[in-house]
Amino acid sequence: MSSTTAAVAPPANRKKNSLSDGQGRLAALLLSPTLAILLIVVIIPVIMSIRESLYFRNDGIDPATGMVAGGDQFVGLGNYINAFMSASGEQVTGVWGTMPRLTNAFINNMFFTVVAVSIETVLGVIMALIMSKAFKGKGLVRASILIPWAIPTIVSAMMWKLIFDSDGVANKIIGSKILWLQDNLYSQWAIIIADVWKTAPFIGLLALAGLQTIDTQVYEAADVDGASKWKQFWQITLPLMKPALVVAVLFRTLATMAIFELPWGMMGPNKYSVETLSTFAFTEARATRYGPAAAYSVLMFLLVAFVAFLFIKLLGADVIGDEEVKAVSAQKKRAKLAAKDHSGTAGGGAARTITSGEGQQ
Amino acid sequence: MTTTTVASNQSHLTAEEIAKLNKPGHDAKWWFGTVGTIVGMAAIVLYCILPFYWMIVSSLRLPTMGMSNDFLPNPPSVENFIAVFAPANNFGRALLNSILISTVTTVLTLLFGVLGAYSLARLRFPLKGLVLAVIIGCSMFPGITLLVPLLKMFSGFYPWFPNWMNTYQALIIPSLSFGLPLCVWNLTAYFRQLPVELEHSAMVDGCTPAQAFRLIIMPLAAPGVFTTAILVFIAVWNEFMIANTFGTTNDMFTAPVALNRFTGSLGFNTPFGTIMAAGVLITVPLIFMVLAFQRRIIGGLAAGALK
Amino acid sequence: MTSPELTRRSLLIGTAGVAAVGALSACSSPSPGASAGTGGATGLDWTKKGPINYVQGKDTSGFVQPTLDVWNAAHPDQKVTLVELSDKADEQQQKMIDNATTNGSAKYDVLSVDVVWTAQFAANKYIVELPADQFKTDGFLKPAVDACKYFNKLYCFPSTSDGAMLYYRKDLLDAAGVTAPPTTWDEMVAAGKKVQAANPGIGIWGGQFQKYEGLTCNFAEWLNGGGGNFLDDATGKPTVNTDAAQAGVKAMAGYFADGTIPAEASTWQEEPSRQAFQDGKLVFLRQWPYIYSLANKTDGSSKIAGKFAVAPLPGKAGVGVSTLGGHNLAITATASNPGTCKDFILWWTDKAQQKANIIKTSNAPTYEALYTDAELVAKFPYLPVLQKSIANAKARPKAVKYSDVTLAIQDAAYGIVKAPTSDVKAALDTLQTKLTALTA
Repeated sequence: MSSTTAAVAPPANRKKNSLSDGQGRLAALLLSPTLAILLIVVIIPVIMSIRESLYFRNDGIDPATGMVAGGDQFVGLGNYINAFMSASGEQVTGVWGTMPRLTNAFINNMFFTVVAVSIETVLGVIMALIMSKAFKGKGLVRASILIPWAIPTIVSAMMWKLIFDSDGVANKIIGSKILWLQDNLYSQWAIIIADVWKTAPFIGLLALAGLQTIDTQVYEAADVDGASKWKQFWQITLPLMKPALVVAVLFRTLATMAIFELPWGMMGPNKYSVETLSTFAFTEARATRYGPAAAYSVLMFLLVAFVAFLFIKLLGADVIGDEEVKAVSAQKKRAKLAAKDHSGTAGGGAARTITSGEGQQ
Repeated sequence: MTTTTVASNQSHLTAEEIAKLNKPGHDAKWWFGTVGTIVGMAAIVLYCILPFYWMIVSSLRLPTMGMSNDFLPNPPSVENFIAVFAPANNFGRALLNSILISTVTTVLTLLFGVLGAYSLARLRFPLKGLVLAVIIGCSMFPGITLLVPLLKMFSGFYPWFPNWMNTYQALIIPSLSFGLPLCVWNLTAYFRQLPVELEHSAMVDGCTPAQAFRLIIMPLAAPGVFTTAILVFIAVWNEFMIANTFGTTNDMFTAPVALNRFTGSLGFNTPFGTIMAAGVLITVPLIFMVLAFQRRIIGGLAAGALK
Repeated sequence: MTSPELTRRSLLIGTAGVAAVGALSACSSPSPGASAGTGGATGLDWTKKGPINYVQGKDTSGFVQPTLDVWNAAHPDQKVTLVELSDKADEQQQKMIDNATTNGSAKYDVLSVDVVWTAQFAANKYIVELPADQFKTDGFLKPAVDACKYFNKLYCFPSTSDGAMLYYRKDLLDAAGVTAPPTTWDEMVAAGKKVQAANPGIGIWGGQFQKYEGLTCNFAEWLNGGGGNFLDDATGKPTVNTDAAQAGVKAMAGYFADGTIPAEASTWQEEPSRQAFQDGKLVFLRQWPYIYSLANKTDGSSKIAGKFAVAPLPGKAGVGVSTLGGHNLAITATASNPGTCKDFILWWTDKAQQKANIIKTSNAPTYEALYTDAELVAKFPYLPVLQKSIANAKARPKAVKYSDVTLAIQDAAYGIVKAPTSDVKAALDTLQTKLTALTA
């Protein structure tokens, strides 16, 4: 039932839409439960965390009574600064050398993220390619692909811990006695293997979905043009899979940066070779150093937000996907380009308008 | 039956023989591709199943042989599974708790998420982009940022919040925080894909917007809703940190928390066999559910990936 | 213009959602042992009696609830409810701290605390001082009582103790002609080499050297066994890089370097080390008493049933020093009904209860006379060795920031364990610096 509005005519390029116009109040109503819950469970705790990160608990001991002083003192950005510039007495030695503990955790995080996401993307794409070629047995493969994802991470951590035990089946198959869980370089690879095992099939599924949108006629045309299979893969398959892949990689990257249960379950706390920002912040919170713990988790959030921003801006990950927003911004871009053209030399402008319409979109 | 013209020098051949000659041959390249694909598929299946196989094998051993390395349990025994349900572990109650909490969280997430996603997809109001960005941004906060303040809030430390320790809502509501943004994001994309004309034509036929939503849009969005439901259910089922913090009494454990507390008969020994058995028990319902709905899940993932 | 039907429906849905959550809150279980009001942080009223909550780690032996039933039958208006935490020490500690920092929201009254938490819990006022006149410690093991004191005041009451012992393969030693268990490290290596000659490939010494609290215990035994000390007995200041301490640690590093201690011991906690010993891969094992009955099982899980014996740990120049373990009972600062708490603690730790405890759980008692009780010694032949071990035992360093102290020790120790040829003196010097800062 479209309603006629008042005297003001609507803008010419916007269709009157009974479904969506003037629905601010309804939208508020529909969104209120979501926003209310997020307010209570996320926004308020985050604000409290930020506030906490500006304080430090007094843990000096009164020499007469032996009691801890207690109470919080305001340190501003002290927690953040201390984290990066801790004294040599508080430095730790992980796989990367001796450095402040936060830096060590940060480098571990980056190492895990880059290596794990790269490997699982490559494996996932390979799986997708294999699955797209298959004509029989698809059901079995599809079913088994979902198994790693269905196992709870805690159970998975214990399972891999058993497998990577120095007397475990991994060493039995490899034949040598690698000390996987000794808090060394091998421990890092144990974590990466466990993580990749769980997530590569998931990427495989998303990549397969992307693969299946590609029209076979494109390949046939490429065959006619004489392109090799390899070239076809790089120049047709990958670019056309890119939208699906980029979103998958973005979410996997964000998830891997927050990785917690695998290092914690397989190795435990305070193992510097696999300590990540999450486990470090958790350990600090358990030691009742709530101020620094909050500071580290705020830093982690900033890092995650930064990486997400990079993905969206540089790789063009299309997260929001609102057609109208995209169309409006595309129109703005066109207007800007047109304005630039007009402000250029007249000759150049004239020459441009002769072309067959490539400048127009 | 295709007709083939018989060339003059082929008149001695019957129609059958000609048809046979015209069949496309299988050259080496074809065989290579086929065999390679089969090998690849087998590799994928093995990749996914082998560690899980090891878990099952470990659970079927004798309890005292927990760390043995034999590829097949020798002798096989279901003692571990029986030990899982020993009264001290209260595992049955933990499973029930898990089922209850996961189901309620999923239902609430879908309920609130569908409403929110519909409004973001269809309605036009100021700051829409900002609202969506905030909702998605809420899922980017690492769990530990939320844990300590939530603990303080839920334990009645602040007068403006009641004491919710060891209550179901303390386990459900924080879990909503990671399911909701995921649900809203997924379903918003879904609803956007569906053309507005569908609802318009329904309304021309006499439906209210609400009816159009329920009768036209929801059935079409079913794959996306299914996928989100399964994702949220599994995420809440596997969730450990929150359940461990807020569910501390014996009857408020969830399955992963209970699993973490398994002990042997004395303080130190870790009963790997029983833990693996419990792990199998926790995972098997999920696997069945995933297998039963696999078509919908994959359809939903596929459609969701194509924006 | 909003459609009234849509608004009404969404309101209904929203209300239903809220009602669902609300209904669930009504059917959740009430918190255990609800008591009226919390006690004050200082100056507890020792006359107040009523129901209380007793908090300990997981009761793996099934001994606690039946014992509590006995108390509850005798004191129906002072019911004690068991609150079981995880079996892992870190998580128990975490929950107790959480309760304290949220003003006793979890309503813990009596806690079973690990011996190393006394200083931290006392200084942070998580637990209250126990008046000496009401809590008499006569007849209890001296090291255990000492572990309950902070600033010379009693903060908890000794409940169970623990000490490490040397488990050795009596059959292999006899076959190699070694008649008595070693009392020094040199004797241990000599005996081990003789056994190795007849059984090539067997490891000589095993312990728990994974990076966790057990490493602190094992490392302490090597450091103390060489004559060193973490903290000076008189001043309480760190003395970790003295020559005696270095000697002990260098010995341990040497044994890792030449393979006397197998490299995989660096990944062992208690259970994997027990497994290795039971599978016949070690001659000597340093372990807690709990494995005695497990290693003697005749159901096929242990290859060494009846073939091993126990002795006190060896040291550099004589009998070694074991690390003191065990648990104590304390009262939280927010406890209700302190009178009942006191009565319960005293009842739980008296001679009769401790005897019943050790029979069921094979824990080590803190009541000295029980170590020579004929019935107990018949059932647990290791008791005399254990008593000797505990009498010589040293507690781990008492520090308010114990978690950081133990981490610093583990950092130093694990670095040496992973790279046994690295500079021991440098590691100990760094540890000395860290400990000085932490115990300032």
